[in-house]
Amino acid sequence: MLLSVDNLSVSRGGISLFEGLNFTVSTGEIVLINGGNGVGKTSLLRSIAGLQPIDKGKIAINTDNFIFAGDANGIKTALTVLENLRFWSAIFGGKNLHEALEKFQLRQLKNRFAGKLSAGQKRRLSLARLLLTDRPVWLLDEPTVSLDKRSMKQFSRILKNHLEAGGAAVVATHIDLGLTLSSLSINLEDYQMKNGNINASAKAFL
Amino acid sequence: MIALLQRDLILAVRAGGGFGLGMAFFLIVVILVPLGIGPDLEILSKVSVGILWVGALLACVLSLDRIFSLDYDDGTLELLLTSPIPLEAVVTVKSFSHWITTGLPLVVISPILGLLLGLQVSDLKWVFISLLLGTPALSVIGAFGAALTVGIRRGGLLLSLLVLPLYVPTLIFGANVASKGLADISNNSALLILTAVTLAAFSILPFASALVLRINLR
Repeated sequence: MLLSVDNLSVSRGGISLFEGLNFTVSTGEIVLINGGNGVGKTSLLRSIAGLQPIDKGKIAINTDNFIFAGDANGIKTALTVLENLRFWSAIFGGKNLHEALEKFQLRQLKNRFAGKLSAGQKRRLSLARLLLTDRPVWLLDEPTVSLDKRSMKQFSRILKNHLEAGGAAVVATHIDLGLTLSSLSINLEDYQMKNGNINASAKAFL
Repeated sequence: MIALLQRDLILAVRAGGGFGLGMAFFLIVVILVPLGIGPDLEILSKVSVGILWVGALLACVLSLDRIFSLDYDDGTLELLLTSPIPLEAVVTVKSFSHWITTGLPLVVISPILGLLLGLQVSDLKWVFISLLLGTPALSVIGAFGAALTVGIRRGGLLLSLLVLPLYVPTLIFGANVASKGLADISNNSALLILTAVTLAAFSILPFASALVLRINLR
């Protein structure tokens, strides 16, 4: 098992977001997190990544096993595409630099300054970071924002390849990634506290 | 870590991260003060150490907020936090790169500016040595202040207010090394204390800064 979340409660700014969340992720599995704005998708991913404290419960993940991609791209506009990737490659000790450029169709743009890229191209550059490391668990927060249809399809393919190669992912997303693989889908709205009860358990009793 | 240092240095040169800015500010301060005081070389040489040290200190403060805020804004800091490099090492490397881009140029031009302020050629070495030993502490203490104010919009003023009092030991002993050296009095103790302040800052503050950054990134 690569990740296990047990009876997790998370709040932000003193307001409880969700409670009693349980799930596990093993090799080849993907968990899709959905729910409306402000329901806690980003907070969940940040909690798993250790960027945010949790209220209750337990998250079991090896800190060397995951790579996090948040809503910010982490791109330096004064560096070229290749320099940006080379930096992250050095940080994560990865060697797949050219494969990452190829798969995210960045080869033509490799000498262009990241500041001159479009929003979608920047997103692709940001996602290319995922391929620079062998870390199995991808924690992705809205990865397809700004991507066009073609890039979105390509990203789905890359994600699928990653899962087939023994990886795993937790993805917060609103859209259908078109993955044919079996995936667990969690709607965080089911875990919101309402009138002292968790929605999910209320549903279970009905 | 070398990659991080390289990247920070490239960014400082390309994006105007303060490479020339601090030096230009230092130069202007050192040129303006004699214009205010007057051309009396005797008075100038007496206050020269103070001018050089306070000038270096202010020039250093000028670019402190860039240490973390740029990486915070574009999400790099968050990604570095989840990377294999310990955050304490990130802080140390970033403090060091700040020193290379801001402190080191000041150290290098300080003998020339010392000459402008009427110092004897034989005395210039003390200004150089005191700044060389003291300015790294300015960067690492400044990085702590920058970590404290990282999420605050326009936190530059707050940052200077936080950091300048913390610079007092470095300023006192740094200026002491230089002025005692100039007066041909033994400055060994001041030299040792200045070195100790710098070493202590480098050994303790990266941990404090990393802790503060983790809290600020929540």
